[in-house]
Amino acid sequence: MKYFPLIWAGLTRKKLRTILTLLSVLVAFLLFGLLQGVNAAFSSGVSGAHLDRLIVQGKVSFTDQMPLAYRAQIAAVPGVTAVTYASWFGGYYQDPKNQVFSFPVEPSTYFSMFPELTVPKDQVEALAKTRTGAIIGKKLADQYNWKIGQAIPVKSAIWTKLDGTSDWSFNVVGIFRDLDNPSQEMSLFFNNDYFDEARSFDKGMVGWYTVRIDNPAHGPAVAASIDKLFANSEHETKTVTEKEFTQSFLKQLGDVNFIVTSIIGAVFFALLFLTGNTMMQSVRERIPEFAVLKTIGFSDGGVLAIVLVEGLLLAITGAALGLAGSAAAFPLLESVVGIAHLPVSVIALGLFCAVLLALVTALLPGWRVARLNVVDALAGR
Amino acid sequence: MIRQTLAVAALNFKTIPSRFWSSLVIVLGVAGVVGVVISVLAMVTGLAAAMQQAGRPDRAIVFRGGANTELSSTMARDTVTTILDAPGIRHDSTGHAIASPEVVTIVARPMRSGGSDANVTLRGVGLQGLALRPEIHLVAGRWFKPGLRELVVGEGAERQFAGLDIGRHLDLRDTDWTVVGVFASGGDAHESEILTDAETLQAAYRRNMFQSVTVQLQSPESFSQFKDALTTNPQLSVEADRESDYLAKLSKGLTTIMTLVARVVGSIMAIGAVFGALNTMYSAVSARTLEIATLRAIGFGGGAVVFSVISEALVLSLLGGALGAALAWLFFNGHGVNALGGNFTQLVFRLSVTPALMIQGIVWALVIGLIGGLFPAIRAARVPVVEALRTM
Repeated sequence: MKYFPLIWAGLTRKKLRTILTLLSVLVAFLLFGLLQGVNAAFSSGVSGAHLDRLIVQGKVSFTDQMPLAYRAQIAAVPGVTAVTYASWFGGYYQDPKNQVFSFPVEPSTYFSMFPELTVPKDQVEALAKTRTGAIIGKKLADQYNWKIGQAIPVKSAIWTKLDGTSDWSFNVVGIFRDLDNPSQEMSLFFNNDYFDEARSFDKGMVGWYTVRIDNPAHGPAVAASIDKLFANSEHETKTVTEKEFTQSFLKQLGDVNFIVTSIIGAVFFALLFLTGNTMMQSVRERIPEFAVLKTIGFSDGGVLAIVLVEGLLLAITGAALGLAGSAAAFPLLESVVGIAHLPVSVIALGLFCAVLLALVTALLPGWRVARLNVVDALAGR
Repeated sequence: MIRQTLAVAALNFKTIPSRFWSSLVIVLGVAGVVGVVISVLAMVTGLAAAMQQAGRPDRAIVFRGGANTELSSTMARDTVTTILDAPGIRHDSTGHAIASPEVVTIVARPMRSGGSDANVTLRGVGLQGLALRPEIHLVAGRWFKPGLRELVVGEGAERQFAGLDIGRHLDLRDTDWTVVGVFASGGDAHESEILTDAETLQAAYRRNMFQSVTVQLQSPESFSQFKDALTTNPQLSVEADRESDYLAKLSKGLTTIMTLVARVVGSIMAIGAVFGALNTMYSAVSARTLEIATLRAIGFGGGAVVFSVISEALVLSLLGGALGAALAWLFFNGHGVNALGGNFTQLVFRLSVTPALMIQGIVWALVIGLIGGLFPAIRAARVPVVEALRTM
């Protein structure tokens, strides 16, 4: 610590250069934080996925439906403790752009399957009793100013009713919250009974089943026995864990990972060059000063350490500021990437990269200073 | 003044080799920015090309009112018959409407790259489906025969997914299908699909609904006549779109996002590159303080010094821009990528690095060079001549 003023003097020797270098490091890590953060959101899937839940979907594609009759057969599989189901409704409000993520469900089993959806018990009972009832998320309610007791018109992009129209109407009987994953609060749940009775085709079918199992370790075995039940039937199934289910959607978004890695690679290569060059230049200009330090008794390792710490200070300060900037930007990106904060793993990786950057760029000039021949340097040779 | 500028600039360029590494900072920094911007925008142009080629203004697509994609649309057989009677559709020599009622479904298949499943569109076309789309042609094998469970795979789909080669069998809804051919359609969106006969597909899936009808219009101008006939018919609740408009709408989301990414990431990187350029040019100026002072002392004007510094920054960033554009073209032009298209299915398309994009990249490079050179140039012009010379 007692050498800190010396290091500080080295950095402030040419203030403009230090500031410009700091800013380019900052910009690079700002970009790193943003891109890696988005990438992490895409590749890790929903971190809140419960390991004791499996999703049973159509084998040929996730849009294939399965008969409601499968439910009893799935429930009888050893290891299965609860079964519920839902379908994709393709709902929107007024304009197809205003999507309302609506799902016909069975109220008595659905909300107990997903304890992360917090909703008062009497509202779930009200939904079971009200044929056209719906429980909506807090965010959805806020967005359109929908209140309990209100009738809301929701259109479906898929399902027509028996009367040929696709105008559905629901009465709001409850509002749920999902504190772990607020993006879920844009959903709407309504009675499958009403849905099945009113729709004009595919009656008696459901989109997917959610299954709770007694032990996450039994997941693969239970999944295999469920799929075996319906093998060679008209509606074959593919059972996956909830995590795999969300991941499979995100993976299909495209080669996000490839794009992100390429950009970060290009940025870091340019940055490595920039800071490396600046460090070299700054050390070269101070050769006589380092020679003086060595003359008054600094060891080879001592001057090497001074150069390294200088580089580390610059890289870590820039990286920390850049990562802080991207962390601050994340709440704005919530609607795009679905998570509201920069993952800790990205911050850790960023700081690690900063240290690596400092070592790579400072080692060469540091080495040069450590090997300095004092007499030659002082003589200006 | 011009002669002075040229003389100083020439001097600057001659001394670049002695400042090789720090000059390379500008070149590489700018190359990075330009390379990234061009590559991401090349995805946008590639996607737009794939969509534009597939859609023609003299074809129209009809689906159920309120359904925003083919996949969520359903139409009964009698609706289809009514649509085929509408005016504005071209008829062939035997008097049949050139139109294809289509069944669209999606199939999950493992991707060649990762082994994980992704969705591919399986499209059942009507008897006129191929006559309707002359751009589709066979490259290997043969066409499917109506009534037999046979599939013809698009080149893009074949490349992207495993197990779609000719002769392979697919198990769909407990029915056995064989791949009998591969088709190409000039790299457009249809190449990411699998085609078969609509009626055969319906029979296998035990459905009798269609998803959409694509029709050949008599001319691009007959669209409004055709559309009016459908929307004013009280028996129908359908929407008609020009095929080109429909496909552009489908890809709009992806195009907007990618353009935004290119702009945002490009701007952030450009700011970083400006800092790098400033750094380099400031140190170039400070290393040459004595030189500049000497020039000023023997009568060179401040303007000449300013222009010479800016031109050095511009030339270096131009080099960087050219390098970035060349690398983007070398690595990514024609590079196939896949992304989630409109129907939850994979769309395979090729990046296209066009001359217009390269010019755009060079403009980015010049802007960076200009900003990076301007401030150091001003400092160079303000070098106090006497003091600088005295340090000798």
